Amino acid sequence: MDVLFLSRLQFAFTISFHYLYPPLSIGLGVLLVLIEGMWLKTRNPLYHQMARFWTKVFALTFAIGVATGIVMEFEFGTNWATYSRYVGDVFGSALAAEGIFAFFLESGFLAVLLFGWDKVGPKMHFFATCMVALGAHFSAIWIVVANSWMQTPAGYHIVGEGIHARAEITDFWAMVFNPSSMDRLSHTLMGAWQAGAWLMVSVGAFYLLRRRHREFALTSVKLGLGVALIASLASLWTGHSSAQGVAVNQPAKLAAFEGHWETTGNAPLHVVGWVDEKKGETHGIAIPGLLSFLAHNDPKAPVTGLNDIPPADRPPIHFSFQLFHLMIAIGSGLIALAAWAFYLAYRGKLERSTVTLWLLTFAVLGPQIANQAGWWAAEVGRQPWIVYNLLRTSQGLSEVVSANMIVASMIMFTAVYALLFAVFVFLLNSKIHHGPDDADLLDPYENIQGAVRGAKGGAA
Amino acid sequence: MSFGSLDLNTVWFILVGVLFTGYVILDGFDLGVGVLHLFAARTDHERRVFLNAIGPVWDGNEVWLVTGGGALFAAFPDVYATVFSGFYLAFMALLCALIFRAVAIEFRSKHPSALWRRFWDLSFAGGSIFSAFLIGVAMGNIAWGVPVDARGEYAGTFLSLLNPYALLMGVTTVALFAMHGAIYLVLKTEGELQDRLRRWVNPSIIGFILCYAILTPATLLYVPHVVEAFKREPWFFALVIPAVLAIANIPREMTRQKHFFAFLSSCAAMVGLMALFGVGMYPNLLYSNPHPEHSLTVVNAASSQKTLGVMFTIALIGVPIVVAYSASIYYIFRGKVRLDRMSY
Repeated sequence: MDVLFLSRLQFAFTISFHYLYPPLSIGLGVLLVLIEGMWLKTRNPLYHQMARFWTKVFALTFAIGVATGIVMEFEFGTNWATYSRYVGDVFGSALAAEGIFAFFLESGFLAVLLFGWDKVGPKMHFFATCMVALGAHFSAIWIVVANSWMQTPAGYHIVGEGIHARAEITDFWAMVFNPSSMDRLSHTLMGAWQAGAWLMVSVGAFYLLRRRHREFALTSVKLGLGVALIASLASLWTGHSSAQGVAVNQPAKLAAFEGHWETTGNAPLHVVGWVDEKKGETHGIAIPGLLSFLAHNDPKAPVTGLNDIPPADRPPIHFSFQLFHLMIAIGSGLIALAAWAFYLAYRGKLERSTVTLWLLTFAVLGPQIANQAGWWAAEVGRQPWIVYNLLRTSQGLSEVVSANMIVASMIMFTAVYALLFAVFVFLLNSKIHHGPDDADLLDPYENIQGAVRGAKGGAA
Repeated sequence: MSFGSLDLNTVWFILVGVLFTGYVILDGFDLGVGVLHLFAARTDHERRVFLNAIGPVWDGNEVWLVTGGGALFAAFPDVYATVFSGFYLAFMALLCALIFRAVAIEFRSKHPSALWRRFWDLSFAGGSIFSAFLIGVAMGNIAWGVPVDARGEYAGTFLSLLNPYALLMGVTTVALFAMHGAIYLVLKTEGELQDRLRRWVNPSIIGFILCYAILTPATLLYVPHVVEAFKREPWFFALVIPAVLAIANIPREMTRQKHFFAFLSSCAAMVGLMALFGVGMYPNLLYSNPHPEHSLTVVNAASSQKTLGVMFTIALIGVPIVVAYSASIYYIFRGKVRLDRMSY
């Protein structure tokens, strides 16, 4: 196996594993702000219990997110050194900004969120929770900005020639607000909110099935469904807007997403399909004109087809097609499920609908798979470019890293990540089975100090 | 070249140095706690005290490394690319060690089984020792110089990273972090455990001084480019004095029971050592040995003036805010460790 393939595999593997966790922290962060806000307003002990329980789940996802994120930061240098030399002037500043504006905020206030219940007042604690959620969003902003610059480079010029060529910033804000940043950011964040919300729904639905922690479970399900519904409807909008951007800025990617071969008006949108890359045909169920309409707001507008793109510049078509359609299918399914469950909950019938509750329990996998598929589609669809139309992926590799070295590190990371994943599932599972703590129904600012004193005296 | 003309490149040399110095001081005591974890703590309760001593802050401390890496990428992309691709396997091993250290802290207390806790204790201690050692080895190689070819690519092998000078620097770093961590733990504990930890401080200082006593003449004898830098600017030697005084002050403060001042002295010593390292390297970021003309410097490996300027603005806005709230968070969690329901 060659270095290019192995390096891509290593990056795909380490980033996909990492990307299981940040969406959960971003989504749960928003929910924690809502829950703690409600507690601060109503002083209903149930909200306090919820805040405590979900904080522990949040801590678990955050820890693995941080531990695996540090790998990503350095992998640009280890595996993609030539790419790093080429884009460091532009891409590096977004990464450094992420450190200064996001990570410090997130991890600093995480300390107060996790360990500060009896060290600071309730308002200060709520403020810390808000800062952690904000930090998680800032982190998404800078990393999506950096990635979007690779999709639609802007605000730079090329200096030097041959192996000494590199991109240099000419306009920082044009780099930050490059043509795809905002669409991709909003779409990514909505996917993250859904990941967090569906985790909450899933655990709540599981408790309802088991007839445990009824009040806790119902509130979790309703709150989670509310956020999931808002985020998934917003995903439709942000997804549509992203796709319109792709149609203009990365026509090869859109053509691959839809297996669209001939540049024609009235271009069809596939619901499901199969791409025959050899014959240059796409078979499946298609709605005529819808792709043209969605891409350009006009059913007659021509959409660039793959035949107008040199084969050397085409991404893997069938793979992109299926990933893109998988994301859309799951996204649509989640909207329908959330709306239906919300209706049942509103009518007070949710607890008796075992089938819906089971669907809700397993729906936690939905946003995770859709987020992965969407991320993969975006990254695979950019190929063969690492920086669109500027630098090919094959030109971005490290010169001094051999295939054997990558294989060695892959074996190491596969073993470590498999262990981490097993431990994460085990701990999350035992956390869920243990359930919310009834001791958490107490107001920490009246009782924690007493409880600690009691425990030290051996009374608790 | 001297520090006299303070251009943006030099400013970023200093800022990257400040970020890594912040990392060494802050995560230094976290890693030091990990180095001592298996040896100085005996019971489950004591090990929990160790973890909770760094519990609220270790994560923020590690961010200094991430931000330092990001700043290096942005300000000196060629150095970032050459070092991390050149040290590929060593770096992957460091990442694994840091992962184990991090998740062990979070996971250890989540399950009561003795086997479970022993596994994560080993992960925490092993991850910390190995991380500290590899950080030292990397610094040792950078001080010694690594082979760099005409295109600025690393021209050595994995094994050439394991030269005696670098290995000695690795051991020195473990000893330094152990000393730093021991002092921090004395600060965070009380009673019988504190008495026992206090007895760990002096041997760890002696261990560190022994290593350093071998390292310094080795540097003077075998690392001529560092000596050259000091010959050019003899006032740099003035930096040695506060560093040595700071180290010497630690046992004095310990006997006076002024543990916080002992910890500050330890921090000051680390600042002094990192400053010495910095002035010894300048203007090189990666010294090429045996072909010094291929060295990566603050001039030939830097980003454009535009980027250095933009980043400087980002740092001017961001760093004071970060320092302010980080200090408040340290203040909130001051005092001795108390275990409660939310502790690890």
